[in-house]
Amino acid sequence: MAENITLTIDGKQVSVEAGTTLLKAAEQIGVEIPTICFHEATTANALCRICVVEVEGQRLLQPACILKAGADMKVRTRSEKVVRARRTILEMLASTMDLSDAPEILTMMDEYGANADRFPQAERRESEVKDDNPMYIRDYSKCLLCWRCVQVCAEDAQYTYAINFEGRGYETQIGTFFDRPIPETTCVLCGQCVGVCPTGALKPKREYLLEQGVSPAEISVMNTGRKRRAADKRG
Amino acid sequence: MPEIDTSTSLTPLHPAIESYIPLGRSGLLPALHAAQKVYGWLSEEVAAEIARTFHVPLADVHGVIEFYSLFYNEPIGKRIIRVCTDPACALKDADGLLNHFCSHHGLEPGQTTRDRTLTIEASPCLGLCELAPAALVNDEAETNINLQTDSYDLGRPPSMVYGPIRLLTFNCGDGTTSLAKYGEYAALQKARGMKREDVINEIKASGLVGRGGAAFPTGVKWEGAFKAEGNPKYVVCNADESEPGTFKDRILLLDDPHRTIEGMCIAAYAIGANKGYIYLRGEYPYILPVLENALREARGAGYLNEDFDIEIRLGAGAYICGEETALFESIEGKRGFPRVKPPFPTTHGLFGKPTVINNVETLCNVPLIVSKGAAEYRKIGTEKSPGPKLFCVSGDVAKPGLYEIPFGVTLRELLDMAGGVANKRKLQAVLFGGAAGAFATLDHLDVKMTFEDLRAAGLPLGSGVVMVFDETRDMRDVLKRLGHFFAHESCGKCYPCQMGTQRQKEILDRIAAGKMLEGDLERLQDVGWTMTDASLCGLGQTAASAVLSAIKLWPELFKEEGGRVKDEERGEKKEVRGKKIVAKAKAVKAKVKTQNAKKRTTKTVKSKTPSKKTKSDKSKPGSKKKTARKPAKKR
Repeated sequence: MAENITLTIDGKQVSVEAGTTLLKAAEQIGVEIPTICFHEATTANALCRICVVEVEGQRLLQPACILKAGADMKVRTRSEKVVRARRTILEMLASTMDLSDAPEILTMMDEYGANADRFPQAERRESEVKDDNPMYIRDYSKCLLCWRCVQVCAEDAQYTYAINFEGRGYETQIGTFFDRPIPETTCVLCGQCVGVCPTGALKPKREYLLEQGVSPAEISVMNTGRKRRAADKRG
Repeated sequence: MPEIDTSTSLTPLHPAIESYIPLGRSGLLPALHAAQKVYGWLSEEVAAEIARTFHVPLADVHGVIEFYSLFYNEPIGKRIIRVCTDPACALKDADGLLNHFCSHHGLEPGQTTRDRTLTIEASPCLGLCELAPAALVNDEAETNINLQTDSYDLGRPPSMVYGPIRLLTFNCGDGTTSLAKYGEYAALQKARGMKREDVINEIKASGLVGRGGAAFPTGVKWEGAFKAEGNPKYVVCNADESEPGTFKDRILLLDDPHRTIEGMCIAAYAIGANKGYIYLRGEYPYILPVLENALREARGAGYLNEDFDIEIRLGAGAYICGEETALFESIEGKRGFPRVKPPFPTTHGLFGKPTVINNVETLCNVPLIVSKGAAEYRKIGTEKSPGPKLFCVSGDVAKPGLYEIPFGVTLRELLDMAGGVANKRKLQAVLFGGAAGAFATLDHLDVKMTFEDLRAAGLPLGSGVVMVFDETRDMRDVLKRLGHFFAHESCGKCYPCQMGTQRQKEILDRIAAGKMLEGDLERLQDVGWTMTDASLCGLGQTAASAVLSAIKLWPELFKEEGGRVKDEERGEKKEVRGKKIVAKAKAVKAKVKTQNAKKRTTKTVKSKTPSKKTKSDKSKPGSKKKTARKPAKKR
């Protein structure tokens, strides 16, 4: 029997089952907490920190996606500290990567009054589109390192382990073993990574081609996929 | 020696890594170290073979190699010189030293000679701050380097130990203390005659708190792990000392390894652990044989046995692995990403099991407490901060070194012990607690160095760093180096730190170069507070600490150079100054032109190592180093 816990979120009392996260507790009373890296299907890592909230008595802001509701907790989801952190994170994202395919984050930026040009002369993470397999392209200029692709490729879903991280810190990038093209890795083209990508960094090849102005008719006769590989093998 | 062609010969690999295979994934870092010892670097073929041998996914192995600065996936020189360019060494002209080495060999920092005999790199703090300027030459420390007199010490770094009390450092300052000299583990024997709970209570009663920087009560930690369900339990010694300005653990381990080992044995008895690890930072390779020998001695004497034994793990160049959960990940053979807490290590630590993790200095206090008894121990120091404390004094002081003092001594008294500011100059600032610390000034000289007094003064004790800057020092340059340090060391997991350390570095670079933009101060503060409030682990939470303290202390440093405020104040002078600047700029331009011309002629010779990463190609030594770190983006 799960016991119930009562806490206060933005002045409103809410009663939830023990073990409920602050994110879910807030949802129950219609308080929306923004998230970026969080996804229902993947292990929450609390790394984007956009969901941070202020919990009375805690010096640091707390990630709502993983923090469990506690009895009598007093939570503020839009305090000055919270808003500064969210706005600054969004501004830093805009100065780091290409958000053009991430409408949810652009909406968030509007909501928090985040200025996309807040950080002039910032070194951006730029990278060429990797078009090395028939099913999807990888455009890491659009990657915000939510880790979901790596997670679904590993224990969260597929146990394929085709991708991991390169570099460290700001220069981290998702990559394959020694940057091998996808067909040379353990990738099984299951497409789950594409499915969980929030920013269009991973995109179905056909969608990408359409965006490039290639017509559906042209795409349908293109030598991709198995045919192409078979052709390559024949030389 | 003939070059080993790694593409064909994997024969020497297997004997080198064989002994680690039973460790499974946890053997990955030791195996990579061993392979790199054989081949000099980690090629794709070698990495693939290690992946197969250890049953670790290829991409994971690559991810691990990419994470650690000391693993290379491109050929490097047989000899590698790593010159520390962090603040303490920078005060002794580390930049000049690096340039000297580089120009002598016709290299840029991060490059390797064509014949692959030599690589030169700029390095984050090497923990040799009191012996600055310093470098690491393969596995040896090169210290007290003086280009004028062409003198230096090479090999085991000398230990400069001072202070009015010598409890923790009793055996330090005169080479490694053998077991014969250390004597029997009397405190361990006394502890084993007590109930486990009583040992824990004694540690609790002593008031000992962690000396690594977080100051968590040691006894409470032990009690947590003792009471936690789960088997086996672990004791881990955090010897990943890498906080810039910190070198105490280096001296404790080099000169008196048995004190730490005895401390671990007592902890293991108290919580019921039968396995221990010492995680030694990769930049201290010269401590490894000393520790290995001490462990052999302890096994020979029966202190380590099948009930409790200790394994050493060598880090590979990642400051973040000093964070306890990142350290666990590293022992487990993964990238050093910190975990989300809670759960805490006492219940879910190494391999998910109850774990006590203590800093070297903390563990060195343990035998002292057990043999003296908590009551006697508490007579040292103050009521709220009992015990002896080690301070790492470096920078502009006459006698830099390790100082053991009781808590409660003032900063002024400590500086007096260290002979005061060097060269009869005046004090400008003290960096307190390390890169993750804060600045103190003349106003803080009479603050008593205790947890409570320092907290009240807004200064963190951190890992005991006292880095002194005299009146002539450019604090903007110091801040710039701290900025580069954190940007280099951020693991990249959480957004505030991953991007914040980079943005902070960029702004601090501009400030140091006198090219501040309008709004940079506000940007710096927003980034700083966001990292402080919202980062996932201690690294990000303190990455702006020193910068924010500097903003408070010296607001004038953060005014736009020649900005509106200053120019209006200056009135007429403005024009004269402007003319001078224009003249200067012209001169600089001309100089750059001739330099560029020179470069062009030499380029063909040097461009053997193609710099693939356009990002890193932006001239700063810090980013150059990164090019060397991650050359794998080749193909």
